[in-house]
Amino acid sequence: MSDASINTQTSITAQAGEAGFGDFFALLKPRVMSLVVFTALVGLLAAPVPVHPFVGFVAILFIAIGGGASGALNMWWDADIDAVMRRTKGRPIPAGKVTPGEAKAFGIALSVISVVMLFLATNLLAAALLAFTIFFYVVIYTMWLKRSTPQNIVIGGAAGAFPPMIGWAAATGSISVEAVLMFCLTFMWTPPHFWALALFMRSDYDDAGVPMLTVTHGRPATRLHILVYTVLLAVMTIAAAFTGIGGPVYLAVALVLNALFLKGAVDIWRRDEVASEADNFAVERRFFKLSLLYLFLHFGAILAEAVLTRFGMGGW
Amino acid sequence: MALQPTHDLHKRRMGRNIGTALVLVAFIGIVFGLTLVKTNREGAARQAPATEASQ
Repeated sequence: MSDASINTQTSITAQAGEAGFGDFFALLKPRVMSLVVFTALVGLLAAPVPVHPFVGFVAILFIAIGGGASGALNMWWDADIDAVMRRTKGRPIPAGKVTPGEAKAFGIALSVISVVMLFLATNLLAAALLAFTIFFYVVIYTMWLKRSTPQNIVIGGAAGAFPPMIGWAAATGSISVEAVLMFCLTFMWTPPHFWALALFMRSDYDDAGVPMLTVTHGRPATRLHILVYTVLLAVMTIAAAFTGIGGPVYLAVALVLNALFLKGAVDIWRRDEVASEADNFAVERRFFKLSLLYLFLHFGAILAEAVLTRFGMGGW
Repeated sequence: MALQPTHDLHKRRMGRNIGTALVLVAFIGIVFGLTLVKTNREGAARQAPATEASQ
């Protein structure tokens, strides 16, 4: 072993023992947490039962912390593949800022605290759903599906789809059709969103040996899958306009966004690798960015309908 | 003895300690706030039937 490698080893060990506050915060996947906060908030506010503002704030906070805790446990388990992928090698564990053991303890502690606090603030159903979401994301998706099946994203997407349902359950103490529809919206949106990412971050999943659809079934099959899921998503989201969470505002938003999203999916399906490489996957990148706006605006429209209903204007 | 200049490690440790302290204070505030909201609501719920009965 050379001196250089000894020095590097020493500095990483020393740094790992002295992680900053921000390093622990980064373990919570703040960007994913922002999506959890927003969708859970919409679920909570769209529910027909009013919630005390402070209880609502605490519920959203601990749903977000529960989501963050599952992110920390995901980073603990996936530290080996995160170190290989360009997109994730800057995360706190592969960067040597936090040790895997610290991340595991941090994730478990926050999971327990978030579930207990959500129960104390709201009800048993909401807390049980949060516990199940953490279990689903960490055990079912991260430990089992992610490295074993190309359908990892499809089934694992359920974990990210639970927050609006938890928000709804926190307000009402029950689950209804509207909560299931909000779950379905995120669930159906996840595969095209991540497959578009896999198309332009192509070497990452290959290098890490994660059986993404692009690796196992090829890139043309992935493009077709994106189109099929986008069509199903469009049918589902437009149909939702005529249910309890929908209304004219939601319908208008859904029609415009789905037209754009379908056009993007068709464009991706019609392209081949030569065309994609020629413009550095511009269409795939645009579709990925649009998918973020797509989800945000759909939930925004559900929220708008809920607010308008309070003033006697929303819904049909 | 001469004072050592502050090392980056000390800054990180300080940041972590302050962050943890703030999180703990916030947590105490949340538990206190929840207790107030819950007890006020339960008190109001108990008072309502008693008022109706007296009327």
